[in-house]
Order: sequence, then C-alpha cells, then structure tokens
Amino acid sequence: MTNAEELFSIAAKVTDPEIPVLSIADLGILREVNANEDGSVQVIITPTYSGCPAMDVITQDLYLAFGEAGIEKVDVKLVLTPAWSTDWMTEDGKRKLEEYGIAPPTGTGHSGRVTLGISVKCPRCHSLNTRELARFASTSCKALYTCKDCLEPFDYFKVLS
Amino acid sequence: MNHEELDASLDSFGDALASATRVTPGNALRPEDIAVAGAKPSDEVAQYALHLGDDALILAQRLSHWISRAPEIEEDIALGNIALDVLGHARSFLTYAGLAWDKSEDDLAYWREEEDFTSLQIVEQPNGHFGVTIMRQLIISIYQHLLYSKLLESTDETIAAICAKAVKEVDYHRDHSAAWTIRLGQGTEESAAKMRHALEVLWPYTGEMFQDEELHRTLGDVAVLPSTLREAWEKEITDVLAEAGLEIPKSGMAMAHGRVGEHSEHLGFILAEMQVLARKHPGASW
Repeated sequence: MTNAEELFSIAAKVTDPEIPVLSIADLGILREVNANEDGSVQVIITPTYSGCPAMDVITQDLYLAFGEAGIEKVDVKLVLTPAWSTDWMTEDGKRKLEEYGIAPPTGTGHSGRVTLGISVKCPRCHSLNTRELARFASTSCKALYTCKDCLEPFDYFKVLS
Repeated sequence: MNHEELDASLDSFGDALASATRVTPGNALRPEDIAVAGAKPSDEVAQYALHLGDDALILAQRLSHWISRAPEIEEDIALGNIALDVLGHARSFLTYAGLAWDKSEDDLAYWREEEDFTSLQIVEQPNGHFGVTIMRQLIISIYQHLLYSKLLESTDETIAAICAKAVKEVDYHRDHSAAWTIRLGQGTEESAAKMRHALEVLWPYTGEMFQDEELHRTLGDVAVLPSTLREAWEKEITDVLAEAGLEIPKSGMAMAHGRVGEHSEHLGFILAEMQVLARKHPGASW
C-alpha cells in the first residue's frame, strides 16, 4: 500500500456518528487526503447539509483516527463545492444502509409538491407498498416512512440531487 | 490517548478562530472552509454576504422557537430541521463576510447591535400562530429559492458555492410550506381564516424583499437585483395561494429598511435572547 492509500484508509475508517455503519467514504463526504511535506496531513470533507452538526464530530473523529496512527498534525478542511448530493454515496454504502434498516436513496429526487419518485422499498420486508409520513425526520438527510405491509416505520435517506 | 493528551493534541490543530460556540477547538467555521481558495471578499461583497447571512440567521432563530411547541411531533422535527439548514446557510455567509473584516461568524452574530443587522423585516416578524409561521416560510422560501438559483451564476465563486448547497435545501422548505398552506387553506373554516389572517399580517413586509439598493448595482453580476425576482415570485406564490383557496390581500406595503439597520421592535428581543450567553461569558466555550 502506498502512503497515500494508507492515509486515505485511515480517514475512511471514520464513521458517520448518526449512521455508524456508514464510513465517511461510503457516504461520499470524504473528498481527499493529502500528505504535506512537513509530515502533516490534510483531510478534505464536505457537508451533506449546510447545517449538519455531524461535521463537528466527524472532524474530531478524524483527529483521533490519525492520532491513533501516530499522526498528530492533521488539518481537516471543509469544502462546499462541488456540492454533495446522494449520488456521491457508494453502492456499498447504499447496501450497508439498507442492512442497517434505513432505506437508501432511490430515483432522482422529488419533483415539486407531487412526489413522482420511485417507490421506497421497506428495508425490513422489502415491500414497495410504503408511504411518506414526514419529509423531515431524525436528521436533515432523512425522511420518515412507514411500510403498509409490515406496518413498521423506517427512515429513508432522502434524495438530494 | 487519555483526555489530557487528547486536549493537548487538539490544541495543536489548526488555527481555529476564537469562538464563543465551539465545543472544542476547531469547531468554528474557518474562512478557508468557506471561501473558495484564496478568495477574500471586497467590502461590498462582504456586505452582500452579510445581507444574506442576516436574513438566514434571524429566520433560523425564529424557527427554532417552535422546537417542542409545534402542533405535532413530525412538525416539530420539520421546523427544527428547516431552522438547522437555514442556520447552516447563515454560518457560511457570515463566515465569508467576516473574512473581509477579520471577524468570525460568532463576532458577527453575537457582538453586533440591532442597527448593525441588515436582515429583512419579514424574517423578524413574530411566529404568531402556526399559520403565520408557515406563511412567513412560504414567502421567504420561494424568495430564497429564486434568489439562490440565480446566485449560482454569481461571479463571486464563494457566494455561488454557498448557494449551490443552500438551494437544494430551500427547495424542501418551499415544498413543505406550500403543502401546509394548501392543507390549511383548504382545511376547516378556522384554518382558512387563520391563513387569511397570516397573509394580512405578513404581506406588507414582502415589498422590502424586492427593493434594489445602491449596493446591488455596485456589485453587478456578483449580486442579483432584488426587483428582478418579483415577477417570478408573485407568480409562484399566487399559484400556491390559488390552490389553497387564498387571495393576495389588498393591504399596503410597510415602510421597511432592514438592509440599513432599521428594524421593527421585534429584532431587539430576538437579539437579547440570542446574544445574552455569549455576552455574559465572553470567550466561553462549551
């Protein structure tokens, strides 16, 4: 493994504090890890939503992850552009989300007040017979759904395109 | 690593600005997080970013008052989420503006006086009943959606980047308030009457949103001339109101000059609550 790959894999181990099965690489918010000549490391991340409070925790977790690997000088930089969308999430990430009980983003987003998106699949029973209870849920990036077959409510990672 | 070691090592990270809100060193947004590489706004660009940031900050403060008070749990969460998004926009805009004056987002939020705030008067209007809050949100989110969409083409790359993020979020806010407006407008006699009342109360403050200032002309393609948004805004809100069975009231326009620091009596109370902790314990972090 090259040094650059090693550094990236240290950063990629950090998980989302709200969705601990997803690494920040799975989520697509880890943009770059660069080694500087003075031995310090620069990590570039991007927020999912402008006000996402998880960014602070992720920043601290990055310091810790590198600290454990013996790298003390880390600069975590936030970038806004290009703006994150759910397309940045990896396929692997989407699979892990579903296994965790959160429906992964599907389709291409909402189109006005009438949602014409693809049906959201229940992560428990895989039924497509589901409905949106609330577009805003436990975190900015999720909506609350309910399954009309198994009757379980579940989180849906909503599309941001 | 034990706690002392962790604290010591965190202290060595970066050159985070002194921040009254940081949980641990490094949590205040830094200009280099927001500004496109090496960009430093001119005084005028910073002033414009301050306008946008102040609108978002005061609106976020108003909206967050609904947390634990909304009519149902889903709505409580929705308004809290919207407040959080809008606060995120405010933090980005204020951090960028502060770069021109060597100030942090916290300096600008906590250490300015009422007359230094450049927010539109509509965002400081009281939450009122739920219908007033929803109507205010409909008015402002349609406006912000149009404005941020146009600012994607701003010649200031940082403003364009902040708006690229914000516009997607505001799109959800717009849908949410439009759906509620229609539901309440078409609901019971009482809910429709409350929405008519909300329109009467808020409509006078919509005029200010489209007032062009000298600053907009000076900035040219960095900014959007507010008057150019009016036609599209009126069409969009009229469509929603029509679906809700509501009409634009015939009330006149309020004299409002929030952009130059002239505010209604409400802003002082908002700031008193928002700023008290930072001012009572200057430099505190938690």
